[in-house]
Amino acid sequence: MSEKLVVSTSPHIHSEFTTRKIMGMVIYSLLPAGIMGVYLLGLRSLLVIIACVAACALSEWCWNKYVMHRKDTTGDLSAVVTGLLLAYNLPPTIPIWMAICGSVFAVIIVKQFYGGIGCNIVNPALAARAMMLISWPTAMTTWTVQGISGATPLAAMKAGTLPANLSWWNLIVGDMGGCIGETSAILLIIGGAYLVWEGVISARIPLTYILTTAILSALFGHGGGMFPVHEILTGGLLLGAIFMATDYTTSPMTEKGQFIYAFGCGLLTALIRTWGGYPEGVSFSILIMNVAVPLIDKYTESRTLGAPKSNFFKRMGGK
Amino acid sequence: MNLPTFLGGVHPPEGKALTENKAIETFRPEDSREFVYPMALHIGAPCKPLVKKGDTVLAGQKIGDVDAFVSAPKYSAVSGTVKAVEPRMAFTGAMELSVVVESDGKYTPAPSLHDALGHKPTPSDYVKLIREAGLVGLGGACFPTHVKLSPPKDKPIDHVIINAAECEPFLNCDNRLMIESPDEIIRGLEFVLEIFPQAEGVIAIESNKPEAIATMTAHNKNPKIRVMPVKVKYPQGAEKMLILSVTGREVPLVPALPADVGCIVLNARTVWQIWDAIENGRPVQERIVTVSGDAIAEPKNLRVPLGLNVRDLIHECGGFKEEPVKILSGGPMMGIAMRSIDVPVVKGTSGILALTKKLAYIADESACIRCGKCVEVCPMHLEPTVLDHAVRLRDYEKFEAHCGMNCIECGCCSYVCPASRHLAQAMKEGKASVNALRKKAAAQSKAKQEAKQ
Repeated sequence: MSEKLVVSTSPHIHSEFTTRKIMGMVIYSLLPAGIMGVYLLGLRSLLVIIACVAACALSEWCWNKYVMHRKDTTGDLSAVVTGLLLAYNLPPTIPIWMAICGSVFAVIIVKQFYGGIGCNIVNPALAARAMMLISWPTAMTTWTVQGISGATPLAAMKAGTLPANLSWWNLIVGDMGGCIGETSAILLIIGGAYLVWEGVISARIPLTYILTTAILSALFGHGGGMFPVHEILTGGLLLGAIFMATDYTTSPMTEKGQFIYAFGCGLLTALIRTWGGYPEGVSFSILIMNVAVPLIDKYTESRTLGAPKSNFFKRMGGK
Repeated sequence: MNLPTFLGGVHPPEGKALTENKAIETFRPEDSREFVYPMALHIGAPCKPLVKKGDTVLAGQKIGDVDAFVSAPKYSAVSGTVKAVEPRMAFTGAMELSVVVESDGKYTPAPSLHDALGHKPTPSDYVKLIREAGLVGLGGACFPTHVKLSPPKDKPIDHVIINAAECEPFLNCDNRLMIESPDEIIRGLEFVLEIFPQAEGVIAIESNKPEAIATMTAHNKNPKIRVMPVKVKYPQGAEKMLILSVTGREVPLVPALPADVGCIVLNARTVWQIWDAIENGRPVQERIVTVSGDAIAEPKNLRVPLGLNVRDLIHECGGFKEEPVKILSGGPMMGIAMRSIDVPVVKGTSGILALTKKLAYIADESACIRCGKCVEVCPMHLEPTVLDHAVRLRDYEKFEAHCGMNCIECGCCSYVCPASRHLAQAMKEGKASVNALRKKAAAQSKAKQEAKQ
């Protein structure tokens, strides 16, 4: 024995979870839907995905090296996840330079300007998508499916009908108009189930979000209130609820807070889909609720074991 | 199976299999060795040495005591000569004033504690006898037992709980004790119940010790005592978690104590030692230590005299088979990493664990990703990441406002943190800083008052 012992405070063992492992699992869970997207929407989608991932990772690396002069954090893979999620939220026909602009915006402005991983107040991929939607509205809402451009199911539902050629098979596999990674319901659900199984996310946020949207849209009379299942399977709801709303940094930490947050997301999505100016409201709903997270966290702080039970109003008073 | 438990907690790898089925071996070196007895290392006032260099001592002779309620005397476990009274390094890494005894290997016993009493002890003598025997919480916290057994009159005790959860990974000393000496533990609990005739006795054991549960159940003939399996989850054996699991009661915020909800929680070995003190008049002189970890050649449960060098213990277990990076006193979740193995076994040494790089790997801290896992696992339902930020900003007001002082330092938060943040360390720092500030404030206000007069 070399007599050189490490002295540190307890605990002396650690679970196997690391940030890198968690991000790695998120990437695995996203891959099937992406592959399906490339298969259905064409190889150009792959180019968009690669451009976004590369631009995100490179932005993070450059920022750390040339601007902040600090230890590189690209290895935690969070920038790769941001790139993937952004690409999945873009139409396959998007010009590559726009995709790259979006990626740089996501990582530099939304994430690094606020201090990097764990400090951003809104989801970087969603904020970038919102920026792109406002900056390049035509490019962001032009959909072509197998060479034919047409309205997405959600746009049609807003008018109170469904595209005639849309079968259940199309809905579940994802063979319809939409962004690269958002259409394949079954693969997104499988990816989400894997994350829940591995303990990366809890099912609280996605389930609450999806059910709230479906029920409230039907109540609000979106699409004549006739398609609650279509509400779930079309648009970006599954991708958003499973992979974006569950983003650790921009969602509440307590169980109660997560329910409130997910309900808020669902309510806003149903409102925007029914009465808003856009056919889809997932991105904006999550962004708005992201901003509310610090407030939700403050008022849903868990009661310390042994603390008096009725301290909610005291907390509202600040102390 | 829906066993009683609490919300939160973690499931670290158990590591119990290494020593689970190994019967306790007695290790009493009969050559001349140095035994070291630190005068502090329990909660309360440190003892003053009662012997000086050159004195001869007997096994079971009192060598340190102090006239304070919250403290416990120290005994020599060996007979021999006092070689020195000087500061020696203890397992905490601090130099503590210690009595060093050169043993003669004969273990010549000192007169029993009963002799001083002059008669067979009756329940009214028990608490005094327990203090005299030097009893402290032998689970590792070392809180003087007689203090626990003297709750204020207005707080009736209705539950005496034996903490045999042993939720710390690797440790098996309580588990083996229950399998090998069930009657002594039950008898010890009966003695405690004689002090609190209104109370019910509960022996709470984590369900991963079926042999201990079966043995204790089979040997328990007392209708006032029941054996209660509890769920396997760390930190099931934390006092507040155990009370919640057994009685459904929440101990109020600090500074409340278990007695506030009518409970007294005693470690299994402590209860065994209560039996030994009352039945045989013997003070605390030895303890069972689980020597384990992936770096130890032959992990064992050893019964050893207190004061023995930890190096001798490791040697007795075949030394190291791999290079250890950390050697712990206690379990891997709450134990203390030692600077040296040339330190004595003390009352609180429940385990000596030698861990290799594989188990004790320390990752660099990275940024908090707000995943909320620490919030999910905190058995006290605190928000460790919020408290961590407060401590880093030295915002101790915020730390207190968010109940940081209630942290039980179980380490669940650090264990799960994917960013490897040293959350438990921040908590300890926060608590220590708040206590220091309070002390300072108290001293200042006292000085102010004196200046006025």
